Amino acid sequence: MDIFLIILQGVPMTIGLTVAALGIGALGGIPLALGRRSKIPGVSFIAVSLIEILRGIPPIVWLFIIYFGLGTALPMLDPLTSAITGLGLISCAYMAEIYRGGLSAITHGQWEAGEALGMGRPSVLTVIIGPQVFRVSIPAAASYAIGLLKDSSVAYTIGVSEIVYFANDQSRQSSDALGPFFLAALVYVIMTIPCAWATRALDARLRQKVAR
Amino acid sequence: MNILNDWPSFLPGLLAGLGVSVQVALLSLLIGVPGGLLLAIGAGSKKKLVRTLIIGIVEIGRGTPALVVLQIFYFGLPASGLTLSSIGASVVALAATTAAYTSEILRGGLQSVPQGEVEAAGALGMSRGDTLRFIVIPQGFRVAIPSLIGFAILIFQATSLAYTVALPELLSQAYSIGSTTFNYLSVLVLAGLMYAAITIPASWLTCRAEKRLARHL
Repeated sequence: MDIFLIILQGVPMTIGLTVAALGIGALGGIPLALGRRSKIPGVSFIAVSLIEILRGIPPIVWLFIIYFGLGTALPMLDPLTSAITGLGLISCAYMAEIYRGGLSAITHGQWEAGEALGMGRPSVLTVIIGPQVFRVSIPAAASYAIGLLKDSSVAYTIGVSEIVYFANDQSRQSSDALGPFFLAALVYVIMTIPCAWATRALDARLRQKVAR
Repeated sequence: MNILNDWPSFLPGLLAGLGVSVQVALLSLLIGVPGGLLLAIGAGSKKKLVRTLIIGIVEIGRGTPALVVLQIFYFGLPASGLTLSSIGASVVALAATTAAYTSEILRGGLQSVPQGEVEAAGALGMSRGDTLRFIVIPQGFRVAIPSLIGFAILIFQATSLAYTVALPELLSQAYSIGSTTFNYLSVLVLAGLMYAAITIPASWLTCRAEKRLARHL
């Protein structure tokens, strides 16, 4: 029980790391998704390349590049900042792809209707299309968030004191090497399963507010 | 570009690491995907107890980070008398994760086979096992192929987690070169590009597979 309480100390860090990275991704994904659709030569190529590179390299390698690679030159990159930056950058790429799916789910007629009302393309995007894209993107974003919650465990390798960090510590200190890891697994399962249920309920509600 | 000068000297070590990464990924898939198929068939069982048990196993397997599964097998199991080598633990842990995830992918594929075909097979006097083997699995598997390739890419990326159990895969090799040359940035970037050199073409393959298979559906 004591070990369980110690492992629980890592929960706020795991959640904080996930929320921070997801926040960066939710914002950074917007320019990437729009860049990908851009008709200006070069912009779409750059956006696609960034997305592919960010998604193509494993999270733990990004954290190492930022913490060990850049960290030697930039001392302000402590473990937590590095982990948030790394996971945040990866989230930008995944969120961009999720927004892209959302954008293509909005029927073309809505763009035309906006133009017929005399609105410019930017205002159609921000007033009509954008809000609906966010709504249809929520289920995919939520399952990505659940994945990110689990992926945030790699931050332990650069010394961020989240769940696995405490589990590892306990496993080495106590006579019971196996128990702490099972408890850590239990904590993750407890966190992710209700999230999955909540997502399904939220999705059903938000779906009613998207014009077909 | 100063950073590029050392790359030729890093390559042999990193390529050896890449070989280990690919090997672990392939072995995990080879064991994990059939495991996932068994779980997927089990999840469609008529016995409620079997169904609940299997769905429980799958949910726990998917809810636990691969990193934690890896640590359970490598650091945890020796305490109960079963010691695995770092490569053994990596393969077993990633195969378990693969089985849990691919069971959901394959379940989706198997469910996409129309019920009418199963009934037709029954009407022709085929047993349940034969129906599964000749009708449902071949078609369901095909539907699942793009998602399976997508998952294979993720498992290849996940082999980098085996760095934590001292497996000499690509990331471990890069890190150890970094710690002797103090040129972390250069060697880690090269390692990252080597991962990308496999994952990015593989993701193009997924897109192509999706388009090709869509033709016949």
